[in-house]
Parts: sequence; C-alpha cells; structure tokens
Amino acid sequence: MSFAKLWSIIHEPLFWAAIASLKIALSALLIGLVLGLAIALARMNPNRHLSRAAVAYIEFLRGIPALILLFLIYFGLAAVGIRFSSLQAAIIGLGLNASAYLAEVYRAGLEAVPKGQTEAARAIGMRRGQVLRWIVLPQALAISLPPIGNVAISLIKDTSVASLIAAPDLMLRANDLSSQTFKPLEIYLVVGAIYFVICFPLSLVVRALEKRGERKT
Amino acid sequence: MSEPLVRIRGLKKAYGIHLVLQGIDLDVHSGEKLCLIGPSGSGKTTLLRCVNWLEEPTGGEILIDGAPIGTVAKGGRSHRMSDVELARMRAGIGMVFQRFNLFPHLTVLENVMLGPVRVLGAGRAEAEATARGLLAKVGLSEKVAAYPDRLSGGQQQRVAIARALAMKPKLMLFDEPTSALDPELVGEVLAVMRQLANEGMTMIIVTHEMRFAETVADKVVFMADGLIVEEGPPARIFRDPQVERTRAFLSAVEHRV
Repeated sequence: MSFAKLWSIIHEPLFWAAIASLKIALSALLIGLVLGLAIALARMNPNRHLSRAAVAYIEFLRGIPALILLFLIYFGLAAVGIRFSSLQAAIIGLGLNASAYLAEVYRAGLEAVPKGQTEAARAIGMRRGQVLRWIVLPQALAISLPPIGNVAISLIKDTSVASLIAAPDLMLRANDLSSQTFKPLEIYLVVGAIYFVICFPLSLVVRALEKRGERKT
Repeated sequence: MSEPLVRIRGLKKAYGIHLVLQGIDLDVHSGEKLCLIGPSGSGKTTLLRCVNWLEEPTGGEILIDGAPIGTVAKGGRSHRMSDVELARMRAGIGMVFQRFNLFPHLTVLENVMLGPVRVLGAGRAEAEATARGLLAKVGLSEKVAAYPDRLSGGQQQRVAIARALAMKPKLMLFDEPTSALDPELVGEVLAVMRQLANEGMTMIIVTHEMRFAETVADKVVFMADGLIVEEGPPARIFRDPQVERTRAFLSAVEHRV
C-alpha cells in the first residue's frame, strides 16, 4: 500500500480524532483553570488548615502519574459504584492533574504582584475581595499567561494517555488504524506530526508572551 | 480647641522584640499641615502607616474624627474591625506612597476613577468628569489615556495624588512622596502639595524636604527611636530647636544639602 493510499484512508478519521483530543484538552484546561485558581487562593489563605489542605492536594496530584489518576477515576470509582464514561473520566482526571500545576502557576503570579499594589488599593478603601478582583488578579493573570500556555501544551500531549481507558482520542484512533492497516511506522509518524502541528504554534505564542513580559519589567 | 481630626494616644508598634514606636501621642486638627521629620528608622513612616491601619499597631489607639480606627468596642471589649468597616474608614483617608504604586494595568484616567467607581459607587460619567478635573489640576490632562509606565516619576506621583483626592478625603497622608524622584522632578510634586495645602487640606507628611516643611507646615514633629523628641511650629523647630538631638539632626541635614 502506497502512502498516498494509506493517507486517503487515515486522514479523515485522524482529523476528527485530533478534534476530539483537542476537546478533551480544552475541557480539562477549563476545569484546571477554575479549580487551580481556587486551590491557589486556598493555599495562600491565612487559615492554616485551608492552606495545608491545598498543599496536600497539590503535592498528591503532582506526585502521581496522570495515568494512575485516570485509572482511579475510571476503574477505581466504578468499583464503588461511581461510573463515568471514559471520555468524562479522561476530562476529569486530566483536569484535576492540570489544576495542581496551574495552582502553582497562579501562586507564582499572585506572589509576583508587588505588595505596594495591595496597599494602594486598600488605601483607597477597597475591601479584600475588591483588591483581588480589580488589582491583584488582573496583574497576576498577565504574569501567569506564559506558564499557563506551557501547561496547555503538556495537557494536549497528555491527552494521549486517555486512550488507555479507551477514551476516543487521537491516540486511540491511531492504535486502531495501526492494527487495521499494519502500518504502525507511518501512522505514528503522522500522529506525532499532528501533535506537533498543534503544539508548536502554541509554543511560539508562549515564547512571544514571555518576551513581552520581559520587556515590561 | 475643637476635637482634633486625628487623635493618637499611646501608640506602640513592635516587630518581634524591636519597638519601632514606643508610645506616641499626637493630635492633628482639621486643616492642619503636619510634617514628620527625623532620621531613617525613627518610626515616622510606621506612624503614618498606622493612621490608616496599613500597619497594625501593637498598642494604643488612633481616633479619626472621634471614631477609633482598626478596633471597635463591643460589650466593653475592643475587637478588631471587620474588613468592610476598615475599608470604609480608609476610603476617607488619602495616601500617597514613596513609590507611587499606581496600578500598571490601568490607564491614568482609570487609576483615578477606580476608587470612586468601585468604592464610592459613583457613576462612570460622573467619576470620569471628576478624574479629568483632578488630572487637569495636577497638570496631566494630556496623559489621561497613557499607562503609568509611560510617565516620569514626578508625573506618576502627581497621578497618585489625584487618585487619592478622587476619594474626597478629609485627611491626606504622604509617605516621603519625593524620596524616589530624580532631583529635577521633586519641584513639580511639591508644587501640587503646596497648592493642596493652600486649599486647606489636612495633611500629614513624612518628608526629608526641610525647606518644604519649613514653608508649608503648621507644625513640625521631630522623631527619633520611635519617640517624638520635639514638636512645634516650623520657625521654632528649624531656627531654635530646644533639644540637642534635634539640633544634631538638623545640622547634619543642612550640611548634606
């Protein structure tokens, strides 16, 4: 079978599978962004119990492979009667995993906002919540944007582990096609190229953002 | 004499075992301009920062217009003020910082509008009109749309003054407002402060600008080692200091100039 022939068979299913992978990555990123911010704020809270719980959460999730987390959610929870589809389990697992990394990204961003900013905002009579909403968060987010981009890139590549719980992603489709056509070399090269084509532009964006950040400081 | 606008009694502040303020008593009356001078480490900045509770005192009390700031008496005991109450009190006290602390993600106009809109609940049109008026007053009408990092230090500090004035404060605190400025930019900031003083604003100013203190202040307070060493009208403090410590400080400062 020529490559042209192979391509005509695989390009359409791979395209849709890539879209599916991106959907998983984006959903997980959204969970991670929201949850991660909550965890970061908990971690920086003066309440010691709260901040310790947040540290435990972060260290636990960073300390285990994403794959184990997916297995725990998909197989482990099913054993106690909580059932998720493989797609849901993949999104939740990758989202939780990302939230731990993003919590640390946010924390670094929040801590990088100078103390004088908070003081100036307090001095014009802003309440704690207002200081966070109008002064600290906007600046922290701008600082955090490049590392958030890096987490997003890892997340896109990490969606490949979702295939191991049979979530319908690019990797799972690649495995299928490989065993149908007996062309693993060609197929995995193409799939690698697809991941690269998605991630490389993102990586360029991150670099541009980093440059802009350096100029400002 | 009428009730002072600011009444400070027995104010103490300690960092660990280090006593920065060792018991300060001070009154500031409405319309009065008070300059705090003294060597670095004398506690004058800490004193200023206690007035709007950016620094939490270890002991003593501060009354603003007769009401204690930072604490509330409930059932015969004093409790720490809630975030909301404290914010409300701070809204009436303007503060200008040594390092300006403008909000870098907002334009000059937005910096000045933020407090009135978010804290006082003013409408945007009204807040913008007030902000433009204040920025005209400090001579920065052409800079309304600029971001702070495009401004010189002197311009930034004038925006910071406008930002504080936008809250219509009854009291303004200045923490070494010209210390971070290049020498040629000091004058423009002092001119704005002088204008404010002429309009009758109550001002507490921590400063190393002795000429300014001498010409603008109603009262000069010399501090050292967390205590008020000497206080009085500028003519007496600068021309005829009674305490040796004051004399030594002033002559050292004059020699530097």
